[in-house]
Amino acid sequence: MGVDSKPAVVVGAGPAGLCAAIELKRAGAPVVLMDENGKPGGQLFKQIHKFFGSREHSAGTRGFEIGRRLLADSLELGIDVRLDTEVVGIEPGLGVWAVERRSRSYTLEAGCVILATGASENGLAFPGWTLPGVMTAGCAQTLVNVHRVLPGRRVLIVGSGNVGVIVGYQLLQAGAEVAAIIEGAPALGGYGVHTAKVRRAGVPFYCGTTILRAEGEEGVERAVIAKVDRGFKPIAGTEETLEVDTICIAVGLTPALDLAYLAGCKPIFVPELGGNMPLHDGYMRSSVEGVYVVGDTAGVEEASTAMEEGRLAGIHAAYALGFLGEAAMRERTEATWGRLDSLRQGVFGQKRFAAKARILAEGKVRA
Amino acid sequence: MSSTNASLKTDGAPSIEELRAAGVLPSREQLAQRPCVCVECIEEIPCNPCETSCPQGALTVGDPITNLPVIDRDKCTACGACIPACPGLAITIKSLSGDLAKIRFPWEYLPLPEAGEEVDMVDRMGMTVCRGKVVAVSNPPRNNRTAVVAAEFPAERVDEVISIRRKHE
Repeated sequence: MGVDSKPAVVVGAGPAGLCAAIELKRAGAPVVLMDENGKPGGQLFKQIHKFFGSREHSAGTRGFEIGRRLLADSLELGIDVRLDTEVVGIEPGLGVWAVERRSRSYTLEAGCVILATGASENGLAFPGWTLPGVMTAGCAQTLVNVHRVLPGRRVLIVGSGNVGVIVGYQLLQAGAEVAAIIEGAPALGGYGVHTAKVRRAGVPFYCGTTILRAEGEEGVERAVIAKVDRGFKPIAGTEETLEVDTICIAVGLTPALDLAYLAGCKPIFVPELGGNMPLHDGYMRSSVEGVYVVGDTAGVEEASTAMEEGRLAGIHAAYALGFLGEAAMRERTEATWGRLDSLRQGVFGQKRFAAKARILAEGKVRA
Repeated sequence: MSSTNASLKTDGAPSIEELRAAGVLPSREQLAQRPCVCVECIEEIPCNPCETSCPQGALTVGDPITNLPVIDRDKCTACGACIPACPGLAITIKSLSGDLAKIRFPWEYLPLPEAGEEVDMVDRMGMTVCRGKVVAVSNPPRNNRTAVVAAEFPAERVDEVISIRRKHE
């Protein structure tokens, strides 16, 4: 087992990337962690609510506190974190082409590459969607929790998954009013405990409802919503006008695949996890030798699962680079899978568990 | 919309019938005997801080962690440690004493209410059901910014009341 002096390069310093880098560094492997943003942590520092799970998943801890802990660990371990560094290409032979501060580019020869590039929010086009005041839920969350700016006084949220409902709660906490949360499907998407805390604060939910248009002169002044039929077509005569100045779109996320495609990773289409994503196995290896995919890039789930996937890739990459023995790798992988499986249980987790199982089965066949 | 014909997956909050069916609502007799923990967690999600927060071992989730929590009322001392521990803000403690009901519930909005303040008590749909009075507010560091508010209100509303109306300009 020869020790490769080329570093593992982790792209994306969110929960998955940080955990991957920490596992690698703990095993003694050289690691470079790159992120295009000026601060590490990905979306963790916007998460001011307490996380679910068990103690080993840091349940009851607020997301930003988990972010602080991971950052402290990475600093203590002395991980080479390169911020304001955009990875724009993965060359054959694992050359990571990085642009630093939009002014200098270089290629780093990597022993392996872990892609933890996250996901992007889906848009929703409707008449008036370009008016100022229409934004994604993640944008509103960034404004409120990072920049401490209230995007509006009275908000309509489109989409009742956990993202929409949690952002609704955080907008209430920031002092806004939430006029309604609407959902196209006949049933609400998010956890009942999340919807219940927003409902008891007086926020109505409307299922089987869509947004028809946003109206206003300089910005959003009103939203027109309507009931939809089973084919999601608006039902004439059910229109209702809500006086709002902000419309938050929370209709799902799509894995960020640019680098995975550039690296040549084979994709698989899994609508439950956000559409196309790189095929991968149980060690989070993609179809390309030496390239791993973790977190939302490998199928949109949540921060808790992203962290465990990051650990899986970090553990295996440390083994592949010769810094971890096979027995230790297998033992740590198994423990991580135990924690991951426990997060993919229950009415919400089963669907994701089944979807992931499909990816892993395909990953084995096509690898 | 009244609480009676609403449901968790269409209206966002559980109806009293759904809660009763799940066995999480204490009876009036139980409420008159002692303060009762009400864990309004009726969906299988992977979560167990209620279990690990309980110093008496009165709340059990077990394995798998998607089990719904089960309360052992004989072990529970109504210490309230589980109220701020629940990430879903789904736990309250209620009791009855003559004409008065008392509730302790989690609260994460500023400004915090103050003891002695007269407030609107709301049901799970966010509708005001009666007036009440805040009797205590506790927010020690171990709560990690989830305050616990205690309020009193007329006994006949004990099943419906879940929180207080948020102050809003």
